[in-house]
Amino acid sequence: MTNLLLEWIIKTLVILLILVTAVAYVTLMERKVMAWIQMRVGPNRVGLGKFKLWGLMQPLADGLKMIFKEDIIPLQANQWLYVLAPAISLVPALMTFIVIPYGSEITLFGRTIELHVTRLNVGLLYVLALTSVGVYGIVLAGWSSNNKYSLMGGLRSSAQMISYELALGLSIVSVVLYSGSLDLVEIVDAQRGFHGLAWNIFHYPLLILVFVIFYIASLAETNRTPFDLPEADSELVAGYHTEYSSMKFVMFQMAEYLNLITASSIATTLFFGGWNGPSVGRLPFLGPVYFTIKVLALIFLAMWIRYTVPRFRYDQLMRFGWKFLLPASIVNIIISSTVILFTR
Amino acid sequence: MVNYVPVLIILIIAIGMAAIIIILSRFAAKNRPTREKLMPYECGVEPVGTARERQSVKFYLVAMVFLLFDIEAVFLVPWAAVFRGVVQSGPYQHLRYVFYGEMMVFMVVLFVGLVYVWRKGILEWNR
Amino acid sequence: MGQEKLLFIIFAVIAIASALNILLQRNPLYSALSLIGTLVALSALYVTVRAEFIAAVQIVVYAGAIMVLFVFVIMLLNAPGNQLQLERQKGLRYLAIPFAGLMIAEMFYVVLSIRLSTLPPVPAANAEQAVGTTWSIGTSLFTDYLLPFEVTSVLILMAVVGAMVLARREGE
Repeated sequence: MTNLLLEWIIKTLVILLILVTAVAYVTLMERKVMAWIQMRVGPNRVGLGKFKLWGLMQPLADGLKMIFKEDIIPLQANQWLYVLAPAISLVPALMTFIVIPYGSEITLFGRTIELHVTRLNVGLLYVLALTSVGVYGIVLAGWSSNNKYSLMGGLRSSAQMISYELALGLSIVSVVLYSGSLDLVEIVDAQRGFHGLAWNIFHYPLLILVFVIFYIASLAETNRTPFDLPEADSELVAGYHTEYSSMKFVMFQMAEYLNLITASSIATTLFFGGWNGPSVGRLPFLGPVYFTIKVLALIFLAMWIRYTVPRFRYDQLMRFGWKFLLPASIVNIIISSTVILFTR
Repeated sequence: MVNYVPVLIILIIAIGMAAIIIILSRFAAKNRPTREKLMPYECGVEPVGTARERQSVKFYLVAMVFLLFDIEAVFLVPWAAVFRGVVQSGPYQHLRYVFYGEMMVFMVVLFVGLVYVWRKGILEWNR
Repeated sequence: MGQEKLLFIIFAVIAIASALNILLQRNPLYSALSLIGTLVALSALYVTVRAEFIAAVQIVVYAGAIMVLFVFVIMLLNAPGNQLQLERQKGLRYLAIPFAGLMIAEMFYVVLSIRLSTLPPVPAANAEQAVGTTWSIGTSLFTDYLLPFEVTSVLILMAVVGAMVLARREGE
């Protein structure tokens, strides 16, 4: 039992370490991608002492700077909630990564280690539950700041998030129809075979539409453009995080990028075969490599969309979520179940 | 059940991380409050009115409709998880059309609800 | 088995403490947050009896949808938190104590009259067919409990219509 406990703790710490580093470098990736799309170069000067590192230390510099920024709590703000809200945003964002499988099994030091922290029977529902809880961070941040813009931004942001959560959940139901299980490990295992290319997208082509719905819904869930009106600079100052400074602001940003990474990881697991790829059976360490490549590709797609497409107005956004995405995902479920029923 | 212990582990570690970050900024950061810094931000002018005014009822309606469709989604999930198994093999295979039909009835009833909400104009935000 | 008891006690204490906090808080928003804490503790208790699906659904629906509705309503109505309550009828306070005592006695009677041997055992770790798992809920929902399921859909439709009628009357 203690062996198992130790294994869990070590896996969790490794994953958290990788995650925090990943978030830092995704911010750098965002700035570089933004720069290259806008035909400029982006951060390329921050090095380490005498070593020229071409901007790779930028996240470290930014992080250190943020720690030393002044930590202001507005006078009329609701103190407890003001400090609690970023934590409520950050904690569920970190918790999703323990159910995602990163590889099959590797043998290290004579033990077979499976490359997922734990295997929950209702893994997909667990992820959905954490997304639902993440809404509270935003709405409480808006309320507790005692600022009209924050409150409006917070309410609008959370209304947007819950509207698109429906489309997200229903598109997950389509995938569950095909996989027959809520367990993420099992969903990925079912996509083995055919030289590692039996991904759900190829095996069940209807899932391409479902992936599009899922991806759009997750862009709206994570408040990324074109759905980021509630935190757009020219509209509502900075929305729900107007009054936040220093590390609490950093926690919100971390939570936002973590949500993006989560959405991409879930999309990879459900639609693109997770860690599957050519010759992953013979070289199991390729599993995490394929997984990382796919997740990075989806994150790049999100950034590409961000710097290409203009923002939705808020009523257009809500109309799109309720009048188009929700009926589309319902129709998808009906079609998928009919197909399964009649082509056994 | 024993698989859920890592959930507890990461919950504790994540809460610990958040606490450390907050405490770190409380000690490492400067704290020189002035009157302007502590006021709510309103693009540089003095704030007008309070932030605790009544908001629109639209948010309540959106949350209500979300709740009801969330319940529908929650009924769909176990159905979807067992549907394929039922259709292909197992003790309930003779009931597969029943399985399908029942859920279609459920979804039609809820689709009627969506159409009602649509026609009533709840889903328009610029009234 | 000692570990299960320990986990049960921890989550039960959290649930009861959060529930008490709902009553003790002046600010309605803090009460709503305490309710969320109670629901999360309950979800953990569901996990200890192997009802994992119910645990996840509890968070998705109750803590993630219903409580969001509550929090929105509290924010929309702007209930001030620090108003002292007026006591309209002082006599009711004295009536409350015997009634509370009656309820507590009733609870004790019910709990103590359950004989532990007649309860179904907590299922083993690998029981696929245990109550509360996805498979058993999925199948029994459409075989044994079909009528309640279809009636639920009509109930949800009624709730949609009712909410729209109530909320639109003043905003029309």
